[in-house]
Amino acid sequence: MSGRAMRVATARPIRRRWGRRYLLPLATCAAIILATFAVADSFHIEYAYIASYPVFQYVVLATAWNILGGYAGYVNFGIAAFFALGVYTSVVNYLTLQLPLPLMILVSGVIAGIVGFGMGYLTLRLKGAYFAIATLAFAIVLNTVFNNWYFVGAARGVSVLRPPAPYFFGTYPRYLFGVMLGLAVLSVLIARAVEYSWIGRGLATIRDDEIAAECSGVPTLRLKLIATTLSGALMGMAGAPFAYYITYVDPASAFSLTTAVNTVAMPVIGGMTSWIGPVIGALLLGTLEQVTTVTISSALSVMLVGVLLVTFVALAPRGILGVVKALWERRPWAKP
Amino acid sequence: MGVDAELLFYALQTGLLLGGFYAAVSVGITISFGMLDIVNIAHPAFIILGAFVAYYLNSTFGIDPLLSLVIAAAPAFLLGRLLYKMYYYAFERHGEESLQGLAFFFGILFIVEIGLILLFGVDYRFVEAPYISTTFNFWYVSLPLRLVIPLVVGLLMVTAIQLFTSRTFLGRAILAVSQDPGALRLVGGNPVKIKEIAFGVSIASAVIAGPLLIIIQPVEPSIGRDYIGRVFAICVLGGMSSLRGTVVASMIVGIAEAVTATFGGPAWAPAVAFSLLILTLLLRPEGMFQR
Repeated sequence: MSGRAMRVATARPIRRRWGRRYLLPLATCAAIILATFAVADSFHIEYAYIASYPVFQYVVLATAWNILGGYAGYVNFGIAAFFALGVYTSVVNYLTLQLPLPLMILVSGVIAGIVGFGMGYLTLRLKGAYFAIATLAFAIVLNTVFNNWYFVGAARGVSVLRPPAPYFFGTYPRYLFGVMLGLAVLSVLIARAVEYSWIGRGLATIRDDEIAAECSGVPTLRLKLIATTLSGALMGMAGAPFAYYITYVDPASAFSLTTAVNTVAMPVIGGMTSWIGPVIGALLLGTLEQVTTVTISSALSVMLVGVLLVTFVALAPRGILGVVKALWERRPWAKP
Repeated sequence: MGVDAELLFYALQTGLLLGGFYAAVSVGITISFGMLDIVNIAHPAFIILGAFVAYYLNSTFGIDPLLSLVIAAAPAFLLGRLLYKMYYYAFERHGEESLQGLAFFFGILFIVEIGLILLFGVDYRFVEAPYISTTFNFWYVSLPLRLVIPLVVGLLMVTAIQLFTSRTFLGRAILAVSQDPGALRLVGGNPVKIKEIAFGVSIASAVIAGPLLIIIQPVEPSIGRDYIGRVFAICVLGGMSSLRGTVVASMIVGIAEAVTATFGGPAWAPAVAFSLLILTLLLRPEGMFQR
């Protein structure tokens, strides 16, 4: 971990021109969004949007998970809980007010964020392992609650009809695709901003040695609470459009273990110490999963994720990012 | 608001019987999590694995689930040792077991579950044995054998492990590892070897609990998740490494679940253990019993 500590200490001058700080990332993001749209449109087939939606959903989830799991080293297994909160916020809205989707994404974010804060407040003073178990516990308690809540269909589920898509987007899958792409870019921007700010530096000290950090005056509990809230809010936001994506919501699909395993596997495989790691992991693994689901079978594609997770965590714990970094440092053409 | 005394009585009875089975399920976690400090969240997956071994042997060869329990124990012990070896060389040796070890066992849990789905499908499976539908009735007490047998086997298993850890040299060495691996090294013991054996015992106990589970109820691959909360709740509530505590905590969780199922509906039962776990972590993280 010393490499990271050194990078934190020596990295980037504090003052930068605002153009480089804000304009460049924003322009890059706009270019990425436009380019992705152009590529997806070029297939001239609805399925291109439907198949790439989960990939961007996993970019959001993996990035959100990494804010707490990668930066601070606290493993959250309650991903399904936050995701499902977003899904069911959407369902409740569908059954009552029918507010537009972007507003529901915001509301989902707020609800999941508040729940994340509450859960963090109750459990973050525990050791890491207890925290992980408590989050898993929380997901199952919430699952039981939704299994028994008849208004949202209980265990039987509820079907959700898609409203007409906003004019600019044409069809609804294209709209969902655009919304999720936007969320993915937004969450990556947030994670990047967190990583390079005092919050990210503080979280890194927690990951390296929490007791030493606490002794040196790092407000560890407050930092962890910020991370949990932010992470939970982003996961909730990723869940909100999902109700309209699958159009039939039941607790089994909203609380799927596959979502949780994917979300843990992607940052682990991509590399957890930087914002780009979960993005690499989600894009690679998400795409691989879509391809194997179509060409082989969906059970085998989730099996693949489990095997990759165990292989990477055992053999390359720094992920793809770590492997690339190690290869780069040993490059033959480097000056001695 | 009066509580129906008869219903409560039956709930207590079921809870106690169920508690005995929970002891069988959780004793392995008491060893791995409580004594060895290995957060094996894949533990319930091995229970389901054991249940499917019993199902397979029963449906293809007509072997009694209680016999398959004996057959499965030795391979499970070896599997546990192998798993610990992998865990040790990949994580514990580098002192990186916390975060990566959790992800590792999470992956194992998932692989076992999906593997069982690929092999057996997602249908509920059950076994056939003459005693499953037998019930003894004494006065108000009714003792269905499908719950009594797991209780007896569970308590026997805990007693055996208790005797093993308190009377044998190897068992005491396991306790020594849980207290201070460094000191054990100083007196010439090899903590890795001892932990490997203890983890083998832990996985074997999980696989042994599987046939008991499939005697109690039909099993499908994903019901293992319901047991994640239960086993950790029982382990923490019982005071981490105390076997006596595990039995008492199992009874408490069993009774709490049976009472909830009777008065609130069976669909709420999965939430009981988790609520107990979170309450324990908040109010008394050291649990009830300490050795």
